[in-house]
Amino acid sequence: MASTEAMSPIVEIRNVTKAYRRGGQIVPVLTDITLDIHAGEFTALMGPSGSGKSTLLNLIAGIDRPDAGELRVDGLDVTALGETELADWRASHIGFIFQFYNLMPVLTAFENVELPLMLTPLSRAERRERVELTLAMVGLTDRQEHYPSELSGGQQQRVAIARAIVSDPTLIMADEPTGDLDRVSAGDVLGFMRRLNDEVGKTIIMVTHDAQAAKMARRILHLEKGVLTNGER
Amino acid sequence: MLLKLILRNALRHQLRTTLTVVGLVVAVLAYGLLQTVIEAWYAGAQAASNARLITRNAISLVFPLPVSYEARIRGVEGVATVARSSWFVGIYQDPRKFFAQFAVSDNYLDLYPEFVLREAERQAWQRDRKGCLVGRQLADLYGFKVGDVLPLRGTIFPGTWEFVVRGIFDGSDSSKITRHMLFHWDYLNETLRKTAKPRMDQVGIYIVGIAHPESAPAIARAIDSTFRNSLAETLTETEQAFQLGFIAMSNEIIAAIRIVSYVVILIIMAVMANTMAMSARERTAEYATLKTLGFTPRYVAVLIVGESLAICAVGGALALLATPLAAELFKHFAGTYFPVFKVSTLTFWLQAACAVAVAVAAAVVPALRASRVRIVEGLRAIG
Ligand SMILES: Nc1ncnc2c1ncn2[C@@H]1O[C@H](COP(=O)(O)OP(=O)(O)OP(=O)(O)O)[C@@H](O)[C@H]1O
Ligand SMILES: [Mg+2]
Repeated sequence: MASTEAMSPIVEIRNVTKAYRRGGQIVPVLTDITLDIHAGEFTALMGPSGSGKSTLLNLIAGIDRPDAGELRVDGLDVTALGETELADWRASHIGFIFQFYNLMPVLTAFENVELPLMLTPLSRAERRERVELTLAMVGLTDRQEHYPSELSGGQQQRVAIARAIVSDPTLIMADEPTGDLDRVSAGDVLGFMRRLNDEVGKTIIMVTHDAQAAKMARRILHLEKGVLTNGER
Repeated sequence: MLLKLILRNALRHQLRTTLTVVGLVVAVLAYGLLQTVIEAWYAGAQAASNARLITRNAISLVFPLPVSYEARIRGVEGVATVARSSWFVGIYQDPRKFFAQFAVSDNYLDLYPEFVLREAERQAWQRDRKGCLVGRQLADLYGFKVGDVLPLRGTIFPGTWEFVVRGIFDGSDSSKITRHMLFHWDYLNETLRKTAKPRMDQVGIYIVGIAHPESAPAIARAIDSTFRNSLAETLTETEQAFQLGFIAMSNEIIAAIRIVSYVVILIIMAVMANTMAMSARERTAEYATLKTLGFTPRYVAVLIVGESLAICAVGGALALLATPLAAELFKHFAGTYFPVFKVSTLTFWLQAACAVAVAVAAAVVPALRASRVRIVEGLRAIG
């Protein structure tokens, strides 16, 4: 632990605030969040529905912007980036896993995983090699040519995980990745994420409602009405 | 991958896409046919020459001019040739077999280089007082051959008239209409001397050949002022203006057809826009996902415009293939009204342009919306 503490954190959040306007009314969602996440950590973010978990995750992933406060990822002030720069930044730094997989229905498993690589200068052959390797890692080699509609929920989520990791991003973000899965599939997915953290040292931030799921993580954060409560372990 | 996404998205709702494509084909086809109708309408006028002036009675086309005017017109500065022409309006066999007949002076064909006649036939015609010339299209229609007797029952000039076909003239190219018959004005006049003396020495119109088309307006004014305050005042205009005057009464119809042709395109634009809006709305979450992965808003816009273009390209291409066939059919049924009914290159490109315009117009709003929607909003659009 001491060695991790010494390194500067990969995610630095300082006094971040976010509110939504709804019908002329301002609804505070996140209030004065300050948080560090270190490289190689597997963090679970828990809290009741509507507490702002997804919002916080989206801010870190650069798909939403804070109203105030500082947000640095890998030393870079993400809030200062323009729309296009931010898109480029996401492509190389963020792997996102959604609750409902969000695969492109018109693309095969292979093509879905290849999608993020289209934004890299990799050649066709290099892309193929990487996609095949990644699909093998999630155990779907024999399902490459299947469309999402031909896969089970668990398999779809594994494709989504493959898509999230194929370009080797700095952070893996998962918003209730097991929320739509049965116990067994959820176990598969969580086991895989744990291995990703253990064996490859990926930094993972995962939102979850599920205490079982949270146990897989090494660190648990609790969010309550937009405020981080000190439920860390 | 971009192309893959575009094409597969386009084929996602097969029924919706098929119906849209059918709509596009019908609309672009209808547009092409209507344009062709308009062009056919003006074809006669376009073929008309600016090197020819038509001098006619100022009061109305149905009143003739004295033959004595010919020499005076020839005397006007800038006039090179003057030919006579009178409508005959005879009936061949039965009134439905209508074709135009003109009693003309011998130099008439000199003014119409678009009608080509072999020299031997021309001489044979000139030697035969009762000889006549028929156009190739007319000859093909009724099987007229050189040497045939062509009987006509007169209407405005009574009696039965018999002519001998002495030559068949061709159009200089396929767009020229050769469905009329020419005979000697002198023969008409001599006959009238015996049968209807008061009607002799009259000419329907004078065709005036001029050396410099650009001085046409000045020459026309000079001719008309020569006959100002005479018994029969004249109106001289270029052949093109003369022809357009003929169809001027149809201008409202033409305008209506033109408006309809654009309304058709506007309607298909609305249909296409609806298709694209529906598709883009359904895929809001997918577009947001793509943006999450790092694809730019522009990429998303290109996906939508590309899909619209792909659908319109298929519809447009089918329509472009179908238009000449439909035009053939149309000609088959309505050919007598439009002897020249051919889909022009201009119409072809206009149709293609319409298809592209429909594609772009339909995609603009959905593409802008999809590219602008914030990622978090887009992701929430999941069902
Ligand atoms: N685009 C938005 N417009 C208005 N309000 C929003 C918007 N997005 C989120 N909110 C509000 O912000 C609050 C936090 O939302 P968030 O999605 O972050 O909660 P969550 O903790 O992820 O909840 P859940 O566990 O149900 O997913 C909620 O009250 C929600 O209604
Ligand atoms: Mg949430």
